[in-house]
Amino acid sequence: MSNRYSRQELFSPIGKKGQDRIRNKHVLIIGAGALGAGNAESLVRAGIGRLTIADRDYVESSNLQRQQLYTEQDVKNRLPKAIAAKKRLTQINSDVTIDALVMDVSVEEMEKLVRGVDVIIDATDNFDTRMIINDISQKYKTPWIYGACVGSYGLSYTFIPGKTPCLQCLLHTVPIGGLTCDTAGIISPTVQMVVAHQVTEALKILVEDDKVLLSKLVSFDLWKNDHTAINVDSLRRGTCTSCGNSPIYPYLHPDNQTKTAVLCGRDTVQIRPPRQTPRDLVTLADKLSKLGGKISQNDFLLSYSSGAIRMVVFKDGRVLIHGTKDVVEAKTLYHRYIE
Amino acid sequence: MNLFINGQSVELSDSIKTVGSLLNYYGLGDKVVIVELNATILEKDTHQETAISDGDKLELVHFVGGG
Repeated sequence: MSNRYSRQELFSPIGKKGQDRIRNKHVLIIGAGALGAGNAESLVRAGIGRLTIADRDYVESSNLQRQQLYTEQDVKNRLPKAIAAKKRLTQINSDVTIDALVMDVSVEEMEKLVRGVDVIIDATDNFDTRMIINDISQKYKTPWIYGACVGSYGLSYTFIPGKTPCLQCLLHTVPIGGLTCDTAGIISPTVQMVVAHQVTEALKILVEDDKVLLSKLVSFDLWKNDHTAINVDSLRRGTCTSCGNSPIYPYLHPDNQTKTAVLCGRDTVQIRPPRQTPRDLVTLADKLSKLGGKISQNDFLLSYSSGAIRMVVFKDGRVLIHGTKDVVEAKTLYHRYIE
Repeated sequence: MNLFINGQSVELSDSIKTVGSLLNYYGLGDKVVIVELNATILEKDTHQETAISDGDKLELVHFVGGG
């Protein structure tokens, strides 16, 4: 298939030279949900040399509406997303080396995955993992591209170590209890719009055309016909502990990570977020009530059950996920329902 | 009061006097939001008291987690 990339090579900012560069590059995608599937398909079609894609979840029927790599058969087979993704991606372009990893990516895993990678694509669904990606990006001077979406709203930003502010500069704190696709829904064009931003930025990095990087925080609401882009350069802080003059990469430190523990003999996993932020149980109850299921609540905790799922959320931030001893499954449910 | 928010002209009650109250009005009070007022990004801890007035141009970007 010698003309496989002809249309991409005809696009003058890429050309034959750019295509050769793309061919020699390695992209790491964290997460193989909607954003991960979209990014992976576009980059594999574009002819990157190597893709590493990691995910801890398996394919469910509610994914099919927007997670473009998966099929009904994958749901029936309960295939891990990374495996199902690799199956489809290999059909699309067998020239790309694809490492599919079924794993919960935390600090230890990121330290290994980042080696030799040219750009990291964020396709996660939570800020705990993003803060780890952010610190790893700074430590190894590897660019990463943030993307997130919910409903008809999405946003993206390209973080270049040494040039742009980092995620910690933009956020100051880790958002807790934000909206997720499982509580507020999502339409597939929102995913595609974020993917379009992420893949385009990735291609610019891969062909080494850094001067045309967007360098703005972009956000849009497709349903409300809203679009904005702001220059956030002024938020870069010399005192930032992730990207400043004396970085300590705080989110790579064990004290700042979400801790999990299997509770003995109870078929339960406890999840303890690193922050001492009290949870707003009233808002959480309101959010969960829209999903059906049963909620009961007192001054100290909220209990939620729906089908086989049962979880208890404490005001001090801790969450118990009942009915499982599997830490990875528990963390998946935690990020899906709680934050 | 007329404001331009994310490029769109919006008519709002005069009772909204600060960036903080504007964010509450849009249900963004408890979110991580980056606010640009007349082409200058505001420091987060000044949102509550920063005054807004007729004709101001604002860009609001809030962070979400889904993906």
